[in-house]
Amino acid sequence: MKRYATWGVLFALLTPFMLAAAPALSGAVEQQALNLTAIYMFVAFVAGTLGITYWAAKRTRTASDFYTAGGGITGFQNGLAIAGDYMSAASFLGISGLVFSSGYDGLIYSIGFLVGWPIIMFLIAEQIRNLGKFTFADVSSYRFGQTQIRTMAAISSLVVVSFYLIAQMVGAGKLIQLLFGLDYWIAVVLVGILMMIYVIFGGMTATTWVQIIKAVLLLCGATFMAGSALYYFGFSPEEMFRQAVEAHPKAAAIMSPGSLVKDPINAISLGLALMFGTAGLPHILMRFFTVPDAKEARKSVFYATGFIGYFYILTFIIGFAAIVLLAQHPEFFKPAALAADGSVLKDQLVTGINGGTNMVAIRLAEAVGGNLFLGFISAVAFATILAVVSGLTLAGASAISHDLYANVIARGRSNETTEIRVSKYATFGLGLVAIGLGIVFEKQNVAFMVGLAFAIAASANFPVLIASIFWSKMTTRGALIGGFAGLISAVVLTVLSKAVWGDVFGNVGADGKPVGLIFLDNPAIISIPVSFVCIWFFSRFDYSERAKIDRAAYDAQRVRCETGIGAEGSSGH
Amino acid sequence: MHQDLVDAVKAHPRYQELICSRKCFAWNLTVLMLAMYYGFIMVIAFAPKLLGTPLSEGAVTTVGIPVGVVIIIAAFILTGIYVYKANGKFDDLTRTIREDLQ
Repeated sequence: MKRYATWGVLFALLTPFMLAAAPALSGAVEQQALNLTAIYMFVAFVAGTLGITYWAAKRTRTASDFYTAGGGITGFQNGLAIAGDYMSAASFLGISGLVFSSGYDGLIYSIGFLVGWPIIMFLIAEQIRNLGKFTFADVSSYRFGQTQIRTMAAISSLVVVSFYLIAQMVGAGKLIQLLFGLDYWIAVVLVGILMMIYVIFGGMTATTWVQIIKAVLLLCGATFMAGSALYYFGFSPEEMFRQAVEAHPKAAAIMSPGSLVKDPINAISLGLALMFGTAGLPHILMRFFTVPDAKEARKSVFYATGFIGYFYILTFIIGFAAIVLLAQHPEFFKPAALAADGSVLKDQLVTGINGGTNMVAIRLAEAVGGNLFLGFISAVAFATILAVVSGLTLAGASAISHDLYANVIARGRSNETTEIRVSKYATFGLGLVAIGLGIVFEKQNVAFMVGLAFAIAASANFPVLIASIFWSKMTTRGALIGGFAGLISAVVLTVLSKAVWGDVFGNVGADGKPVGLIFLDNPAIISIPVSFVCIWFFSRFDYSERAKIDRAAYDAQRVRCETGIGAEGSSGH
Repeated sequence: MHQDLVDAVKAHPRYQELICSRKCFAWNLTVLMLAMYYGFIMVIAFAPKLLGTPLSEGAVTTVGIPVGVVIIIAAFILTGIYVYKANGKFDDLTRTIREDLQ
């Protein structure tokens, strides 16, 4: 009964937040009129997910329940949840916006995000399931010195999670401001509080189900949008492309690779970061521990790849259809973008849209489905952010409680109750940090942060993980130095790149445009090899006593990794 | 895991078969996927015009559109092929090893 009362109080606290936003409407420039349909639908989503959290809280007793939903998620459910983690608001709104403004370039991005999945499947999915328990550090530290490798893995996890989280929080604040007409800070606080509730009370069970529900809603919504758009073109892609080329200021250029990829080196570097970054994201890797065995782990990647691929094809259709359909709706554009007769000026199509190109999918929802569907898609976009930040926070909290606290500070001698308590405090702490940084970074350019998170995941987590699974001669020293070398080189090179050195620090070149000290936009092409070379070099020439233990332990690790023998205990079932 | 269990598994004839066939299969698929993706990236980097060629005379749809969609579908199919083989052959081998050792 006490829990019911807590929910009631929280709900009562949250409602006025939403209503209090109304008077603030007049001031802000970009803020929309308070969208009541969207708010009702969102409240329904929140009520539903809080109900699930209550149900999940009753089932969350052990550490295994908290971190991995007791290992009781099926492959299909986990596939949906993984797809949900991947279909963030950034990929839904960002990629459809990218297709709207540059056409084909959007597809290049989507493909880069998708092709990491087969690689995960072939090389690490079932290996991770067989070797690990709660976090990916369980795998990368399996036969190595626990203190060093777990500390390193926890630090890189927390750095990845923090950058990803800040980018999501800032995006959330701005998006919700646009969609719901709420103030920026209220949106950030609201996201932070709801996320803390899901994770602290419901653990992985609630986080997974929130993600699954949102994935289903988003897939249904996007299918309806792409379907109605195609219906308009008589289900002929050729007709859609033809009208899009006519309506777009870049004309036929939108049908071929454009300016997104400047030169071969940057193209390959971006490709590396997207592909291998996926295989090093802590919140994604953690999902492999929620299924009971290697078989379900494989199935989850298969379903996830299918859902993500399908979703990217939908966003591509949505972006192209929006070029044609939004041009017929002058009310979506700024007054300056309109001709004397009230129609949209062709050269203003991309730059003149209200709220920027990130709003393209939302506007198309309104164009094809009216106010009700606009409300639905807005609520889904909000739900998407909530679900993604919950997964990220849980992964960050696990790195603190399971890796740093239980295995480094308490050296494996803590009990489960304490460990769960630490992870709940950690969630609370991360939630406060996310809210704080979300507000601090409101006016900052955070575009580089997701790229940086992927680059660090690809350069610090992925090389250590893959080498520890496949290379028998790797040692603790090699893993430690290799991991930190990848982490540091990725961060330093990003700071020197145009996105930070120029856009954030304001260094400009002779022509007055922001410049970087190096020409690379994404550090992966340098930082991934740096990490692998360090792992090889410092393992190869490691003659310490510890190195002998590390190498001798490989056989046992390999047997468990390949056959799953000895892994049964890991899920607690 | 006890060392004698590790040695018993390693000595099992099916174990060598399992790790060899899985390793070959997984790395072949990996190389195939990498070749497809980096082939695509190389074309974008060195010959972007190639992807901008219209599918047929007078068409607006370019070669790049089906190529992109095919890579997405291929990624899905390759994971499907792996699951099919792993859930069949590899799991059978693993089960044999486990049953023999119990």
